[in-house]
Amino acid sequence: MPDWVSGHALLLPTTIVFLFLLIIPLLVVLQYSVAHRSIYKPIVFSWSHLHLANYTQALNAEFLPTFIRSIAYALTATFLCVLLGFPLAYWIARFGGRLRLFYIVLVIIPFLTSYLIRIYAWQFILQNNGLLSNLMDHVGLGANHDFTNTHFAVILGLTYGFLPFMILPLYASIDRMDKSLVEASYDLGHGKASTLFRVTIPAVSPGLVAGILLVFIPAVGDFVTADLLGGVRTQMFGQIVDGQFLESNNWPLGSAMSILLTLFILIGVFFYLWRVGDEAL
Amino acid sequence: MGKPKPKSALRPRYLKVHAFLVFAFLFLPIAVLVTFSFNKARSGTSWTGFSTRWYRDLIHNEEVLQDFRNTLKVAIAATIVSTVIGTLAAFALTRFKFAGRTAYSTLVFISLVLPEVVMGISLLVFFRKIAHFQLGLNTVILAHISFCVAFVIVVVRARLTAFDNRLVEAAADLGATPVQSFFRIVLPLAWPGIAAGAMLAFTISLDDVVITHFTTGPGGTTLPIYIFGQVGKFGVSPSINALSTFVLGFSFLILALAGFFSARASRRGVGGVDVTALT
Repeated sequence: MPDWVSGHALLLPTTIVFLFLLIIPLLVVLQYSVAHRSIYKPIVFSWSHLHLANYTQALNAEFLPTFIRSIAYALTATFLCVLLGFPLAYWIARFGGRLRLFYIVLVIIPFLTSYLIRIYAWQFILQNNGLLSNLMDHVGLGANHDFTNTHFAVILGLTYGFLPFMILPLYASIDRMDKSLVEASYDLGHGKASTLFRVTIPAVSPGLVAGILLVFIPAVGDFVTADLLGGVRTQMFGQIVDGQFLESNNWPLGSAMSILLTLFILIGVFFYLWRVGDEAL
Repeated sequence: MGKPKPKSALRPRYLKVHAFLVFAFLFLPIAVLVTFSFNKARSGTSWTGFSTRWYRDLIHNEEVLQDFRNTLKVAIAATIVSTVIGTLAAFALTRFKFAGRTAYSTLVFISLVLPEVVMGISLLVFFRKIAHFQLGLNTVILAHISFCVAFVIVVVRARLTAFDNRLVEAAADLGATPVQSFFRIVLPLAWPGIAAGAMLAFTISLDDVVITHFTTGPGGTTLPIYIFGQVGKFGVSPSINALSTFVLGFSFLILALAGFFSARASRRGVGGVDVTALT
């Protein structure tokens, strides 16, 4: 059997899955995103009258702030994940010693345990009369604090939830990095800060970029965190998309929003591929 | 671990302090949740005494038991299907050169980076409007297969790329048929990767909320969906604390089993597998 025949035969089952459960569903969403919906009539799609108003509506004054807010939350959470994750990954890779594997397992455990439950734990802590409020009451800082429904709570939740996604790829690339580069930099008279920014960070940038994407992408489309820890003031784009499908029943508008979100993310992904090359695939 | 140990004087203390603070940040909320699942109080966050009543209530809650059975059914079905077909695909993508291989890898990559909410609504629209399926347990299983497959492909492919292809060529030179060499050379060598892929698929399926949320229907409620619904309606409650602790414990058990298996694989395989799963 020639190679390409057996190769394609082995790919057949996954091709069916990708075709019917990924590509076609996305194309149907694309079609819905340009379909016309009026309250008393069924949804109408026609090639000659693409209804682009769904897209302008998705970005109008009602929804654009939410889109921008989601991006701002996701960017802030990503930045905090780098800030918390980079030194930790560096420490494990360089100074973890014999316990290195143990520390990595400590990162993998939250990575593989339910995101919902870990966010729920924060609801327990931050909500009105929650654990934090209770502790503050005990030390005389007053009762009935509610920390939910704040930017702080949602960003904290996103940072907490996705932090392991930052640490693992960072650790992998720091671990792979040639340590003699750092020594060479010291030998050539660079200081600690200069070595960090001019040698270490560029050398681990594939892991850094991977971590940034792995945190930013799920964070920007997330709606669980804002659902549990947020409120009306902290609404995220994912919640609005959810609402269009399961509450308002405006599928064309929800589809247009989904396509916009997908395009926004794919731009980031192609930037990543351009940055680190095809090997990432 | 061939690395020279740094002298303790050179060990940056502040990095160590930072590391322990981050670990505390990662685990304290979980510890709090687990602790308070044993709290006697019906509501509130004051400790009023040790009790296992919330766990006893769970055992007698028929809805929770049914949802747990559903969760297991979905996770087992999705894991078996996605592991088998994902392994075949990973094998094809590493072993054969053919037109469209890069395009295929891009497709796998897109499946991994697509926001869950988009994947969820696209499957909802497809199931309802194109396939005309009744939403329920079966649509949830199909949805889970669709997002688990890419993870399995990536993890197994990482393992297959790492091993020496000359072993397969040597087997062929010695007269092994492709089928023989697949079962006797490739499969045993790729086994740790396949097990890791299956474990990843199982845990992701077990914990999925968003995609299940859009594709579920009558009879297709899983535990995460039950928890999400209860929290949305009633907020924090001790019985959800107990149920959450149970789910965490169950995930932990799966992880421990996986750890047992990967301890038998090489150290490089262990670190590499879970990390490459992400990128």
